[in-house]
Amino acid sequence: MKTIKSMKTFMIALVAGIIAISCSSDDDNTPEVINEEEVITTVRVQLANDVGFTTTLQSVDSDGDGPEAPVITIEGDLFANTTYTGVVTFLNETESPAENITLEVAEEADEHQVFYTPADGLNITTVYNDQDSNGNPLGILFTLTTGEASNGNFTVTLRHEPTKPNNGLADAGGDTDVEVTFDVTIQ
Amino acid sequence: MKLFIMLCAVMYSAISIAQSCTNTLTGYVIDLHDQETLVDATLSIEELGNTIKTDAKGKFSFSNLCNGATYTLRVSHPLCNTQTINVTINGDTERSINMEHHLEELGEVSISGEARKNGGKTAIESQLSNEDIQANSAGSLGDALNQLSGVSSLNTGNTVVKPVIQGLHSSRVVLITEGTRLQDQEWGVEHAPNVDLNNAGSISVIKGAAGLQYGGDAVGGTIIVNPKRIPISDSLYGETLLTGVTNGRGGSVTTTLTKSYNSGWYASVQGTLKRFGDFEAPDYILSNTGAFERDAAIRIGVNKYSYGIEASYSIYNNELGILRASHVGSAADLANAITNTGVPAFTEDFTYEIDAPKQEIKHQVAKLNAYKRFDNIGKFSFQYDYQQNNRLEFDIRRDSEDVRPAIDLELSTHSASLDFEYTADNTIDAKAGIIGRSQTNFPNPLTGVRRLIPDYDRIDFGVYALGSKTFDTWTIEGGLRYDYNFIDAQKFYRTTFWEARGYDVLFPELVVEDLGTQILTNPEFTFHNISATAGIGYDFNDLYSLTANYALSNRAPNPSELFSDGLHQSAARIELGDIRFDKETSNKVSVALSRKHKNWSFTVAPFANFISDFILIEPTGSQQTLRGNFPVWEYRQTDARLLGVDIDNQFRVSEHISINNQLSVVKGQDTTLDLPIINIPPVNTTNRITYTKEKWHNLKVSVESYYAFRQNEFPDTNFEIFIVETDSNVLVDVSTPPDAYHLINLRGQLDFVVNNKSTLQVALAVTNLFDTSYRNYLNRQRFFADDLGRNVSLQLKINY
Repeated sequence: MKTIKSMKTFMIALVAGIIAISCSSDDDNTPEVINEEEVITTVRVQLANDVGFTTTLQSVDSDGDGPEAPVITIEGDLFANTTYTGVVTFLNETESPAENITLEVAEEADEHQVFYTPADGLNITTVYNDQDSNGNPLGILFTLTTGEASNGNFTVTLRHEPTKPNNGLADAGGDTDVEVTFDVTIQ
Repeated sequence: MKLFIMLCAVMYSAISIAQSCTNTLTGYVIDLHDQETLVDATLSIEELGNTIKTDAKGKFSFSNLCNGATYTLRVSHPLCNTQTINVTINGDTERSINMEHHLEELGEVSISGEARKNGGKTAIESQLSNEDIQANSAGSLGDALNQLSGVSSLNTGNTVVKPVIQGLHSSRVVLITEGTRLQDQEWGVEHAPNVDLNNAGSISVIKGAAGLQYGGDAVGGTIIVNPKRIPISDSLYGETLLTGVTNGRGGSVTTTLTKSYNSGWYASVQGTLKRFGDFEAPDYILSNTGAFERDAAIRIGVNKYSYGIEASYSIYNNELGILRASHVGSAADLANAITNTGVPAFTEDFTYEIDAPKQEIKHQVAKLNAYKRFDNIGKFSFQYDYQQNNRLEFDIRRDSEDVRPAIDLELSTHSASLDFEYTADNTIDAKAGIIGRSQTNFPNPLTGVRRLIPDYDRIDFGVYALGSKTFDTWTIEGGLRYDYNFIDAQKFYRTTFWEARGYDVLFPELVVEDLGTQILTNPEFTFHNISATAGIGYDFNDLYSLTANYALSNRAPNPSELFSDGLHQSAARIELGDIRFDKETSNKVSVALSRKHKNWSFTVAPFANFISDFILIEPTGSQQTLRGNFPVWEYRQTDARLLGVDIDNQFRVSEHISINNQLSVVKGQDTTLDLPIINIPPVNTTNRITYTKEKWHNLKVSVESYYAFRQNEFPDTNFEIFIVETDSNVLVDVSTPPDAYHLINLRGQLDFVVNNKSTLQVALAVTNLFDTSYRNYLNRQRFFADDLGRNVSLQLKINY
């Protein structure tokens, strides 16, 4: 009987211990909101010709990798047989104020490259106007030259840690940070 | 508890009462400390002067005893103190004797008789011995478990190795280390168990949910890592294992030092250091696949007949490189990697350095356990443990100066449990217990990356009872468990996702705060789960036995199944969970037919697992982002059926030559859609021939062949994406499994006596002898690179 009694005491003590542990819960602290820093929400390509006509190609995906698709807008026409000075801007607008990621890309120029890829049939050629510290192209600044009137896809790609120098997207490798395709018409 | 008492009462009443001197006394002699049966124990009845020995199973039997008489029974064993006990015969009596077993050999554990199973008598269980564990000292837990039939692994490269039991993994596999359920964020497919293999004495795998005392949600199975045994004797001994490997150009060193006393007191310290550089496929370096692991453990306690107490602490620290070539920025990068079957895009010179992408994991366990034995009743054990798991995952960031991790999770868990084990009668195995657990997950916001797993508090409570009764040739078994889980999460959703999912209509009450583009919600989940097991065993004769086991288990959805809502960077896919998920229910039947003989033993174990509301993740479409197109992988619930068989065969051809053969087959089917289930291990077979010669320094040489068939049953989850370079859509083939492959492994070992206290074992092993290039269907990096090439390892083991 003595065994039973000591056993009972032993058990009661232990059960009480378990319940005490199970019920100890932290206070409800509200977690801090995180604005995604790694995301690029806006890609803007601004083109200007000698006579001051500008064209803007823009793709905005304000929810990042959320369910909403990017909104693509093209303002201004592209004229045939014209030379444009181009600049690309990358922004993260989930942060306030918006973070200009172009600066980051420029700072680490040797680890990045922007590629401009016109589809077959779209009469566009591009030339890089900027270089990284190794003399390889970067692509934030570029010159775009149009040919005869045509239309097709024009893709802007930002690659992180590509092989540099390279012969274009096909052998550049690296990770894709941006890939935006615009349906462009040259008039 | 009530159920358990009833169970005992029923069992006792089964023992009939007879008269005259025709009764028998049967039972087992059991090592008190590890509950293993003792072979060759000598028993004598003083009044009758007859002496017998326990058989190979530790069983004894006296006949022609008089009903109602009391006899004096003397029990002795070479490694134990002799005991004298009085036994009163009441019909055909069953009585088992516990002995204090003092090991004579230092460090060397001689396993005699059949190791006691962890998961009840009818559960299908496989075991890895200390020798098997030590042979894998430089590898991981998953590598070691891969040797067992029915156990395979889901790998991310060669260092993240997750065990898969009969086709199931992650949250469906419960891992118990030294009595503690490991809380190491096991839900993630790229999260390997945070356990130092070298701290294990032996490892058991229960295939299925029959191990009810460990949890009711082990739909796949339970892995039990048993601690090393410490003898009760005055001794100081140690063991050191040094392993050097050519592939990875590294190695490991692990040491255990133990001091024990006759009084039962003991202390043991153990430490492991592993360091590897980049591993190599046959044709190239697998850049950024190195690993650096540092582990330590300490135990101190006292182990007596009537009580025992132990305090322990362990720390596991691992830094793992993730193959650089497997990091892709978009679906197009993935498509490029799959099309390129040659040298991966990122291949650099060999280095020991580990860069992003990588994981840094720290797991700590502090534990206190105690037991008290009450004569003729049983043993009560109490355990409290605190675990802290820190997981840092470093991704390649746009800004390479940014050294913050992309994932920073801290999971803290307090657990307390009380178990009772009935030990008064060896023909009855009965256990009951309760467990309480409280857990907090804290994802650090400093990452600047939206949380993959939200902040949550979780409370678990479980209660179980199980028992088995052995008759002459029959064993019956049954168990019941109830679990309560409560999850209180605080999760930020993207407003667009919350609305696209219709959660704004379904769960408006969960919204705590609207921050514009994101909303803070407070989802709470409560689950009540019942699990049960029932089994039956029959011994046909000394050779053949048959067991059958049924297990019902329920698993609550894990945090990643509930809360995933965005881009999983390293997988280059958008993963979506669902807070509407209900628990998963498994009904599993396992049967095993065994033959045990020194010349030919085998086990054939078929199983059928029917799972309703099985949660799986698969591609459901694609989504346009600024990075291009991403495949969307969505979790869904369906009904599933897994059928399979595990076969183990051992032949002893002659005194020196033995042959082992293993075959594992599993087939998984989504019965709702009538399609195969993704990531089911292909049929595989291992065949090994071993030559042993004790005279030549315990020479042991083996040649092993491992053949993995091609998985021909898989769902078509391919998707199309737009490729800029060609201005066209291409099909990304993520579903076709790689070809079959065949690997040859060699191993040879010799023992040398250094002096009367020390032995040295030298082992040389070669894996993938012919440097075969292959890819494994269950390796998540199969899209990017070949698996490991040839590896030569040299291992020295010193006991002192």
